[in-house]
Amino acid sequence: MIDKRCSSAREAVAPVHDGATVMIGGFGSAGSPVELIHALIDQGARGLTVISNNAGCGRVGLAALIEAGRVERVVCSFPRSADSEAFAARYRAGRIALDLVPQGTLAERIRAGGAGIPAFYTPVSVGTPLGEGKERRSVGGRECVLEHALTADFALVKAERADRYGNLVYRKTARNFGPIMCMASRVAIVQARRIVEPGEIDPEVVVTPGVFVQRVVEVRDPADESALVREGRRYP
Amino acid sequence: MSAHTGWSREQMAALAALDIPDGTCVNLGIGIPELVAQHVPPGRELVFHTENGLLGVGPPPAPGEEDADLINAGKKPVTALPGAAYFHHADSFAMIRGGHIGVCVLGAMQVSATGDLANWSTGEPDAIPAVGGAMDLVAGVRRVLVLMEHTTRRGEPKLVERCTLPLTGVGVVSRVYTNLAVVDVAARGLVVRRLAPGVDIEAVRACTGAPLIDGRDGREEGP
Repeated sequence: MIDKRCSSAREAVAPVHDGATVMIGGFGSAGSPVELIHALIDQGARGLTVISNNAGCGRVGLAALIEAGRVERVVCSFPRSADSEAFAARYRAGRIALDLVPQGTLAERIRAGGAGIPAFYTPVSVGTPLGEGKERRSVGGRECVLEHALTADFALVKAERADRYGNLVYRKTARNFGPIMCMASRVAIVQARRIVEPGEIDPEVVVTPGVFVQRVVEVRDPADESALVREGRRYP
Repeated sequence: MSAHTGWSREQMAALAALDIPDGTCVNLGIGIPELVAQHVPPGRELVFHTENGLLGVGPPPAPGEEDADLINAGKKPVTALPGAAYFHHADSFAMIRGGHIGVCVLGAMQVSATGDLANWSTGEPDAIPAVGGAMDLVAGVRRVLVLMEHTTRRGEPKLVERCTLPLTGVGVVSRVYTNLAVVDVAARGLVVRRLAPGVDIEAVRACTGAPLIDGRDGREEGP
């Protein structure tokens, strides 16, 4: 029997190893898998490369993982945050590396990673500092740069509902990077507000088919990261 | 000339909204461009796209009705209108990069006479670099409009012969709305289409870093 359910966030993140590349879903606080990230802080893996749109808010979630010194490199589009010094302080001190990627290029590199496309050409970033040093080619009369796919050992993703096969639906704009990060990672670890019986998610509305998901854990009442930030909470 | 002479930010946003055809899918940048949504002319329907994954962005929610899972690219709470759609980031940027979004309205630090845009980095060595979706928008959206003050707070021109700040895109801007003028980026250079009330073109030239061609059609009134 196929059963991808884990009994706790702790069990769900147990396989993450030192030096792993981890994709973390969320756009700002929406879709941030706070409970999985906190379980990863407790678990202790270090030397991580994190691929995420942002670099954390406040002193919880991804910001707390960075503050705990577990992250060596961040691949993201917008690491600046008005409410968090976690990334900025370590970046200025030369203790964390940054690969800055235009947001759509980041999304497409992840999608390509999940779809078996090793690289692609795009006009985005041509003539800008972020296009420097990249292989160039004119395609159809338009100057392009070569961008390589991104894959990861693990993804941490927040969904609304899941079943034991790993089929997922998301909630509103919290969907953001979840579907493509599940596709691009070897082990996609998902926290869902509800795990339901197979068939309860209408096959017509499944957003992420279970083949892209390896581990699911129910987190009934997930923290709203933006509220934790407003309240000035920190983890641990 | 003070940066705040001429049109208010609201009036600049209204002028830009007037130029967006009925039925267009529009992406609004963070800041002044967000005001465009409040100035859609009666009888016109625009569909607002936010790159974090929503087409059909509605007005801000009433106090107490905010939903942490429903935000815009500026991470502010929004609502979704009837007929809205949610999607993941690769689809959202396929809309942008694939030319499906008709207009984007962005802020800028500098725009050059050939339509180069600088709007993501001050170039300061200790700044935390952050780009977001700006480069994707200017590369993929069919028409790029810029809303900005005509000069910096220190009175330096923002419309310039060549950008000195790090570029977002090369030759991408179509039209610029400042507090002083509406300016097209044309093959022959920067063409003034309209001046704010009480503003004369020589005064605008004096605070612009590139030659301005007078292409006004005679109307000088505000929105």
